[in-house]
Amino acid sequence: MLDIMKYFTLKEMKKSLVISIWFMILTFPIMVIKVNTIENTVVWRWASLLGMGIGSFIMATLWRYLLERKNMKSPLSTKKTLQMRVVEWANENPKVKPIALIAVSIFVLSFPFFSGLYQTSIMTTALMYVVLGLGLNIVVGLGGLLHLGYAAFYAVGAYTYALLNYHFGLSFWICLPIGAGLATIMGILLAIPVLRLRGDYLAIVTLGFGEVIRIVLENWNQFSFGPSGIAQIPRPGFFGMSMNLQTATTYIYFIMIAMVIFTIFVVRRLENSRIGRTWVAMREDEIASESMGIDITKSKITTFALGAFWAGMVGVVFAAKTTFINPASFTLWESVMILCVVVIGGMGSIVGVVVGAMILILMPEYLRAFSEYRMLIFGAMLVIMMVFRPGGIISNIRKKYKFEPAQAAKNADKEGVR
Amino acid sequence: MDLQYFFELFVGGLTKGSIYALIALGYTMVYGIIKLINFAHGEIYMIGAFTALIIASALSFTGMNPVLIFLISTILAIIFSASYGVTMEKIAYKPLRGSQRLSGLISAIGMSMFLQNYVLLAQTSDFLPFPNLIPEFKFLEPVKSLISPSGFIILVTTAIVMILLTYLIKFTKTGKAMRATSQDPKMSQLLGINISKVITMTFIIGSSTAALGGVLISTHIGQLNFYIGFITGIKAFVAAVLGGIGSIPGAVLGSFVLAWTESFGTGYISSDYEDVFAFLFLIIILIFRPSGILGRPENKKV
Amino acid sequence: MAPILETKNLTMQFGGLTAVDNINFNVNSGEIVALIGPNGAGKTTFFNCVTGVYTPSSGDVLISTDGKAQQRINGLKPNKVTEKGLARTFQNIRLFQNMTVLENVMIGRHTKLKSGLFGAIFHPKSTLEEEEKVIQDSYDILVEVGLEKFVNELAKNLPYGAQRRLEIARAMATEPALLLLDEPAAGMNPHETKELDEMILKIRNTNDISILLIEHDMSLVMSISEKIFVVDYGKLIAKGTPDEIKNNPEVIKAYLGDVSDA
Ligand SMILES: Nc1ncnc2c1ncn2[C@@H]1O[C@H](COP(=O)(O)OP(=O)(O)OP(=O)(O)O)[C@@H](O)[C@H]1O
Ligand SMILES: [Mg+2]
Repeated sequence: MLDIMKYFTLKEMKKSLVISIWFMILTFPIMVIKVNTIENTVVWRWASLLGMGIGSFIMATLWRYLLERKNMKSPLSTKKTLQMRVVEWANENPKVKPIALIAVSIFVLSFPFFSGLYQTSIMTTALMYVVLGLGLNIVVGLGGLLHLGYAAFYAVGAYTYALLNYHFGLSFWICLPIGAGLATIMGILLAIPVLRLRGDYLAIVTLGFGEVIRIVLENWNQFSFGPSGIAQIPRPGFFGMSMNLQTATTYIYFIMIAMVIFTIFVVRRLENSRIGRTWVAMREDEIASESMGIDITKSKITTFALGAFWAGMVGVVFAAKTTFINPASFTLWESVMILCVVVIGGMGSIVGVVVGAMILILMPEYLRAFSEYRMLIFGAMLVIMMVFRPGGIISNIRKKYKFEPAQAAKNADKEGVR
Repeated sequence: MDLQYFFELFVGGLTKGSIYALIALGYTMVYGIIKLINFAHGEIYMIGAFTALIIASALSFTGMNPVLIFLISTILAIIFSASYGVTMEKIAYKPLRGSQRLSGLISAIGMSMFLQNYVLLAQTSDFLPFPNLIPEFKFLEPVKSLISPSGFIILVTTAIVMILLTYLIKFTKTGKAMRATSQDPKMSQLLGINISKVITMTFIIGSSTAALGGVLISTHIGQLNFYIGFITGIKAFVAAVLGGIGSIPGAVLGSFVLAWTESFGTGYISSDYEDVFAFLFLIIILIFRPSGILGRPENKKV
Repeated sequence: MAPILETKNLTMQFGGLTAVDNINFNVNSGEIVALIGPNGAGKTTFFNCVTGVYTPSSGDVLISTDGKAQQRINGLKPNKVTEKGLARTFQNIRLFQNMTVLENVMIGRHTKLKSGLFGAIFHPKSTLEEEEKVIQDSYDILVEVGLEKFVNELAKNLPYGAQRRLEIARAMATEPALLLLDEPAAGMNPHETKELDEMILKIRNTNDISILLIEHDMSLVMSISEKIFVVDYGKLIAKGTPDEIKNNPEVIKAYLGDVSDA
């Protein structure tokens, strides 16, 4: 085990000091001098120079420590991670799982009744990101395809409901499958031209696709009402009952809970199926999977289509929840935000994505001081995750099968935890 | 047809293409060597422009000659941007060498978000006017309606940079090492080329030209904010891909083709869809000629 | 009976370089055939042309599996070639690193399974039975190559020799009529190589499939192959039994200073 104290010897501290001086110089113009060329003022903020010096000294020490620790860890090390130990413990104690499940259910079901309207609404948003994250996870986490235009499908769902309702008065429940269906079709349409592209071009083309959809929505006034958007979209109905804001919010919360359960159910089954395995194989090595008889084209289209499906569905809920939509909700940064949920939570891991959505959406809400810095912190977290923990907070653990020693048992052990 | 209008669009495309070219160079060089789309490259361009703005404003209180201020702030902007580029590589890309491509791309997106918000928080989200430091040129008087002094400087500077860069890549030792590394990194290492040094050089050169582009376009347009880097950066990348990624003449050609497409597209069709033209063009090119205009088709080696 | 694999005037060019030059070649049913040649001779490129990774510049690749008439497979995508009964391994191991050993083999079973999206989501009886069977079959294949103790291990954590064997197991899972092995013994110690030798023979004898292998380890090549083809600079320079090849002056010349211990 590497000792962090090693980094507090004179020699090591000197190294950190050099790094911190480098950062003080590097950030000098932007951190220290603040100009306003409208009012022609220049403010010198010497305090930030000091802050930068101290901050980067600490960061440099920590960074070098973590980097060395990572490089020391051999890939074959059998040391168990915390996550592995928790999973093992849960598997050994059969009571743990049902108890945890009951506890979570009670919390989730009673949440809107002991927390306020605002809290319920925020939690609903977090749940929406859970579903969006799980959908994008199919493309990025399982399929290994970097998709930067995911918000476009979300927009398709939202506009489907808003427009169909505006023109034809169609209800939420009718639009839900239509929105999801249209998004799926869009997913397939996008997949076809990008199939032949190399991995990194795919990122740019999907990004471009997302931007094209947004710009069209912004400028095609006759169709989408441009930047001013569409207002007064009705909330979901419940057999024609009229609801006050409180009840409607709670109702949408439960719709999202149902949707999360549905999504987890489906995604779990998909990822351990014949089709799901081909996605992971494609992520690991396209050429090898083709040589094993997998039709890569088909695999790519299914990941895009299924990923889009969830976005379309949540889009409809989004329109119904906010009752107002405009193109500003579907920018590139929305796509990147969903990507953050997947990457920081844990690519390919369902629990990871749930945790990622909760942290990324709830944290800025409850830590107000933090909210101004959230994009800065998320950006930094993406880098830090990729460098130190590419699997995310909760990494994917492959399903394990049990065989009896001599002649193998028939049944696979379904206890694998993801 | 209105010839005057046509020429305006043509020259507009030319200046814009020059800026794209200055940025696209960095993209293409970095891609050639570490096979990574450096999404944060556009941010380097933005930081270059911002640094120049800050230094120029601070200096303007000293009552210095505007041309001198312009030169000093440009040079400092280049130095700082190059340092940002190198630092970024050490933090976000170097530790990822040898890991999956997806990791590098995500790290690059994170870096881009970080740098944008860093400037936003440390400075402002408002558009800031860029001080006018460029003198009038007498000899441009006859073509005043077509090209402004700043536009003229952009064209001349880009031309000079291209010539210098071609010389550097073709004839210097550094340039040769860069070309060798982009052809076959493993082999180059065996032949004693220090890959880390080559990568650092690549980031220095790419960031410097991007910063120069940032300063020039900001003086030309007259304002900037923290967000100017991202979309311009993406478009410069599109230009690099159009021309054939990894190819320096390709990047320049792609930049002009893209800029003219945008310029004429917005001029004759609709100005609302400027970005749409760029992306549709990219998709079409990639479908029919995935390796770009000048790029060599890439063979997957198995 | 038509040979299981035959190439006629097969040529592959990369720009100015002719990596495979006009090669006529065949493997008969049940044979173990070796393809040898110095580094860069074009052996792997030949494999890639046969398995659909590259589309040959000219010439024909013909196969005849299950006693059916010959068919031309140039330009077919790799997954189609696999469906037709050719399976391969890779010179630089290409396992699905972050999948378990069992899952790697299960992927190999892909073409033999049917269930699609509907089955995955609704779990009808047919899908459940199919899943159960593929798990069992894959496990049996692992037992056959002696990797069963690693079932749930990630492929990337296996020792090198085991990774090579897993590649073979994965290819075997596709139930090929012809198995193409690209340097299966590379990086193995003599003991492991000997085990591999036995394994290849066992595979051929028990499963009734033909084997084509590229190999630099001459003792392995000479001991198990029934027919040897030698290429140099993309051209076929000799073919024959191990004994004929050993004494062929052309071959000795091609290898001189290259694999002097051959
Ligand atoms: N995709 C490609 N593009 C360009 N040239 C290639 C490509 N693939 C192979 N080559 C070239 O073709 C020639 C034959 O290579 P190949 O890999 O087939 O040799 P090999 O006989 O398998 O050698 P080794 O024993 O080293 O594996 C080499 O000169 C190689 O550089
Ligand atoms: Mg080879």
